[in-house]
Amino acid sequence: MSEEIPSVDYVEGTGIPVRGNDIDTDQIIPARFMKVVTFDGLGEFAFFDQRFDDEDNEKDHPFNEEQYQDANVLVVNSNFGCGSSREHAPQALQRWGIDAIIGESFAEIFAGNCLALGVPTVTADTETIEELQDYVEKYPDADIEIDVEAETVSYDDRVVEVTVDDAQRKALVEGIWDTTALMKSNTNAIEETAKSLPYVEDPEPRKGHADD
Amino acid sequence: MSDGTLYDKVWDRHKVTTLPNGQDQLFVGLHLIHEVTSPQAFGMLRERDIEVARPDLTHATVDHIVPTGDQSRPLDNEAAEEMMAELEENVREAGIQLDDPTTGNQGIVHVIGPEQGITQPGKTIVCGDSHTSTHGAFGALAFGIGTSQIRDVLATQTVAMEKKKVRKIEVTGELGEGVTAKDIILTIIRRLGTDGGVGYVYEYAGEAIESLGMEGRMSICNMSIEGGARAGYVNPDETTYEWLAETDEFTDDPERFEELKPYWESIKSDDDAEYDDVVTIDGSEIEPVVTWGTTPGQGIGISEEIPAPEDLPADKQDTARRAQEHMRVEPGNTMEGYNIDVAFLGSCTNARLPDLRAAAEIVKGREVDDSVRGMVVPGSQRVKAAAEAEGLDEVFKEAGFDWREAGCSMCLGMNDDQLEGDEACASSSNRNFVGRQGSKDGRTVLMSPEMVAAAAVTGEVTDVRELPKTEVEA
Ligand code: SF4
Repeated sequence: MSEEIPSVDYVEGTGIPVRGNDIDTDQIIPARFMKVVTFDGLGEFAFFDQRFDDEDNEKDHPFNEEQYQDANVLVVNSNFGCGSSREHAPQALQRWGIDAIIGESFAEIFAGNCLALGVPTVTADTETIEELQDYVEKYPDADIEIDVEAETVSYDDRVVEVTVDDAQRKALVEGIWDTTALMKSNTNAIEETAKSLPYVEDPEPRKGHADD
Repeated sequence: MSDGTLYDKVWDRHKVTTLPNGQDQLFVGLHLIHEVTSPQAFGMLRERDIEVARPDLTHATVDHIVPTGDQSRPLDNEAAEEMMAELEENVREAGIQLDDPTTGNQGIVHVIGPEQGITQPGKTIVCGDSHTSTHGAFGALAFGIGTSQIRDVLATQTVAMEKKKVRKIEVTGELGEGVTAKDIILTIIRRLGTDGGVGYVYEYAGEAIESLGMEGRMSICNMSIEGGARAGYVNPDETTYEWLAETDEFTDDPERFEELKPYWESIKSDDDAEYDDVVTIDGSEIEPVVTWGTTPGQGIGISEEIPAPEDLPADKQDTARRAQEHMRVEPGNTMEGYNIDVAFLGSCTNARLPDLRAAAEIVKGREVDDSVRGMVVPGSQRVKAAAEAEGLDEVFKEAGFDWREAGCSMCLGMNDDQLEGDEACASSSNRNFVGRQGSKDGRTVLMSPEMVAAAAVTGEVTDVRELPKTEVEA
């Protein structure tokens, strides 16, 4: 059985701007939300301390604003995602609804973690980013298209040049970013290797399985 | 021609293919899981509707958050109870064996694998925990993995990895009185640095290593990661086989033992194997080691002086200065006489039966100093039971130690066992990072179990060689 890894060569949707340089992973997902057993509910805690004060009152933040609730393209400034290596950060953003991030620059580990989830991190110069942020603010319902392979972003009848790191582009476009799916497609070879190992016995029939 | 090192051979036997991203896909012989790092991975699997590929090669326990006092359910701490319940649900659904505290087999993941005999030479072993390197003591290729990799292993029983270089570390000669495996590994890390092993796997060899029992070899492989090496191993030998023959896996099935032995023999490093680097250390020169700072590499012999930061290499000076401030130690002094408040005997580095025995021999006939809280946390329920059968618990309790249930405990302070304020702790664990034992001002001094025992009874860091031992009768 082989499982297709979706190639991520194209992302389309509406934008949401989060302004500021050096937004770290503690801001994206505060550490206290990591004492959890799944990444499942993390979406609602994205930018939590930026969105709510100590009394849980809403603060000014794009993630709170009505017009951005369906947005899937995050537009940020420089060194986004710096700090710890926690996979919880991109997980929270993706679960909130983000499919791609456009920014001036990204922390390396954060970008790597995004790639593991199939979320492109696309870069452009300061001016291009600010123009895009202004545009999204003005027209929150307007369509934004990211062509990962061609390295362009189209909006408002404009096509602007962006950059996608070579290795990331290859992985996304060729659909080899997801190691689980990538490796799962080698089922026969896995079984052969298992059989060749003297200590591996045939799998026991499943016990206690929900469908039994 | 040589087939190479154990690392080369085990890698080749487990390699499924080379992936288009350049990494090798390796088959995993044993996947160990615990309550803290596995739940997110199960969540991801559920989301994709993927089943656990080989529950029969997966084995679970609870150790990190499990309380070492009252373990009755539901656990007092809500977050702990939730994590425990989640693991129970996940293993039930997948059909994975769980050694929980009701089984008598529960314990720190790196203690129970070897104890039950599922840790074997020539296996690839992974776990969402950096001290998985421990299992290398048996000649297994064992390393810690992250959450996405746990997901990969659950889904496929394989992991994507890049091959590393191999450094052989030869420890020659005979260890002196009062010198243990812990002192060897602290010496290695001090010599090669906490990042010296990055990009390498460590092969431990030489007379001083070979003459160690399995527990000592585990203490050494355990701390490979503190030296920056994701994995470390010792080639299997008669000591390894004797241990295995006594385990659950083989006592009832001696034929299986004979069947597998040729494989175990075949994966040993060849005599003419080539190494990317070789380091030799004279074991006879090692004395009991203690740390003076806040990284495991900041260690010195008990009679040595704490170094002045300016005498250290340029890139180490700043950390040293901050560490000395945190620990409140002065260059030029030795660590002898450093006051301690807590004595912690536990962790996957040093909480096995011989560790407890050696400590008990120091403790017997003495009392924990009035200024010290002493606690013993056996590495597993089986270690605890075996120690009790020998009367070690009585020795510790009579001396004033708290004798607790098995778990990680104060090694990382994720349950209630934590340092308070700026308490100083003589600890048999593996990490002395600031905040590691639960208090950001806490001060950890790493040392061997017998050195912890000595510190407990004197109230200060003490050269164990100066305290006569008393044999503990079984
Ligand atoms: S005892 Fe400490 S180092 Fe070992 S597994 Fe537990 S927390 Fe990790």
